[in-house]
Amino acid sequence: MNIRKRKVYDQAAPWFIPILLLTFWQLFSQFGWISGKVLPSPVDVIKAGIVLVQSGELFTHIGVSFTRAFSGFLIGGGLGLLFGLVNGISKNAEKYLDSTIQMLRNIPHLALIPIVILWFGVGEEAKIFLVIIGVFFPIYINTYHGIRSVDSDLIEMGKVYGLSKWKLFTNIVFPGALSSILVGLRYALGMMWLTLIVAETVAASSGIGYMAMNAREFMQLDIVVLAIILYALLGKLADSLAKLLEQLLLKWNPVYQKK
Amino acid sequence: MSSGVELGINHLKKSFGSLQVLRGVNLKIRQGEFVAIVGKSGCGKSTLLRHLAGLEEATEGEIIQDKKPIVGLNRKARVMFQDARLLPWKSVLENVGIGIGLKNDWKNRAAWALEQVSLQDREGEWPSVLSGGQKQRVALARALAAQPQLLLLDEPLGALDALTRIEMQALIEKLWQQQSFTVLLVTHDVSEAIMLADRVILIEEGEIKLDLQIPLERPRSRENPIFNELESKVLNQVLGKQESKRTKLKAAASVS
Repeated sequence: MNIRKRKVYDQAAPWFIPILLLTFWQLFSQFGWISGKVLPSPVDVIKAGIVLVQSGELFTHIGVSFTRAFSGFLIGGGLGLLFGLVNGISKNAEKYLDSTIQMLRNIPHLALIPIVILWFGVGEEAKIFLVIIGVFFPIYINTYHGIRSVDSDLIEMGKVYGLSKWKLFTNIVFPGALSSILVGLRYALGMMWLTLIVAETVAASSGIGYMAMNAREFMQLDIVVLAIILYALLGKLADSLAKLLEQLLLKWNPVYQKK
Repeated sequence: MSSGVELGINHLKKSFGSLQVLRGVNLKIRQGEFVAIVGKSGCGKSTLLRHLAGLEEATEGEIIQDKKPIVGLNRKARVMFQDARLLPWKSVLENVGIGIGLKNDWKNRAAWALEQVSLQDREGEWPSVLSGGQKQRVALARALAAQPQLLLLDEPLGALDALTRIEMQALIEKLWQQQSFTVLLVTHDVSEAIMLADRVILIEEGEIKLDLQIPLERPRSRENPIFNELESKVLNQVLGKQESKRTKLKAAASVS
């Protein structure tokens, strides 16, 4: 019995501080210590959310943002993985490609917003393009590094045992790089949201960021706060998914084995 | 069942840059013979083993295996390293399956190999939960899974504790007697070499300094006085001392 109680407690523990903060926030707003013009109370934010859900607006915006994030992530992440693998495996490819990629990496991708707007306007392409660039580099670097740091003794073992190049890759090199690739994935998911938020805030006609900017013009502070909280929740969701993936794919690693 | 290979090492030389590691090694190994190579670290014994595995290219000379020179990876040989080198992301059974290249009927053959080292009930587990000795047994099973004709052991027991080591020695001897492959054991433990091998070869500075037959009956006992005489003979040679006069050996010792 005691063990079960302890488990429930352990699972609830991470939520203590968010709940405490929310409670104080609500109380401070209610007693008027925080002006509604500075920060609306949590209840007001929830009310605004309910109105938007009823009108269907909220889910349209979330859907639009999600599609942008996901398609950008798929393309950028896929390219990052591909280049990371190629440059990790082939010395020749690395010789020609890596320093170019490293150079491009040092350009802050958000600084490209003006030129991206000139190229693509404020349509979908602009946002997806920025997300692609945002997620490409974290995945590229971690894949490349992961492959380069696979234990060379294991690779030698595979060669001595006569594994073909393909089997060597699928059985030793890729699994060995996987934990590093997944670190890149988690980092890229963070970059994905960050890029999207900025892009949607600067130039968009739909999406969560647009919803927030639009609300600002009408001084609807509750909707602005709602948008911020939505980003936090979506970010947390993406991170949890990545964590789940780690537990699934790296279950051989004692670090991820649950007792 | 396949029997062991016959090996002829002819005037093998190997240099890394200006460093001469092997300075003309000549050695004949009979089919199914158990040969131990001893020597101080850096004497070239591991390099010799890597040549037999086909991992190094000779600077001069050649190795003839069953009348054909070894070129490229030696497919009749399997190597067991000092560390088990198991893939942590594969189950015990899959790790053994690597020894057969995860091809065809690998599951049955891997299971057979695991049975040889008495680890059949651990086949579904991750390597990380095994002890050091168990990991080495899995590595041995992996080496045996393809039923090699030549087993190359590169100090495979060096990292094990004394008790596990004695167990592993007995296991290797048993499997060798059953399957009659040729074995080359590189070790720095002279008593291990005498315990297991038909012949002990001492390498110093890239040359064979001693080639000693071990005529003891199996199973061998470390208490046997001849065992101790042989051991001190090899050790004296390693340490550069004169042989003591009381050693009267039936063994034919030839210095080449």
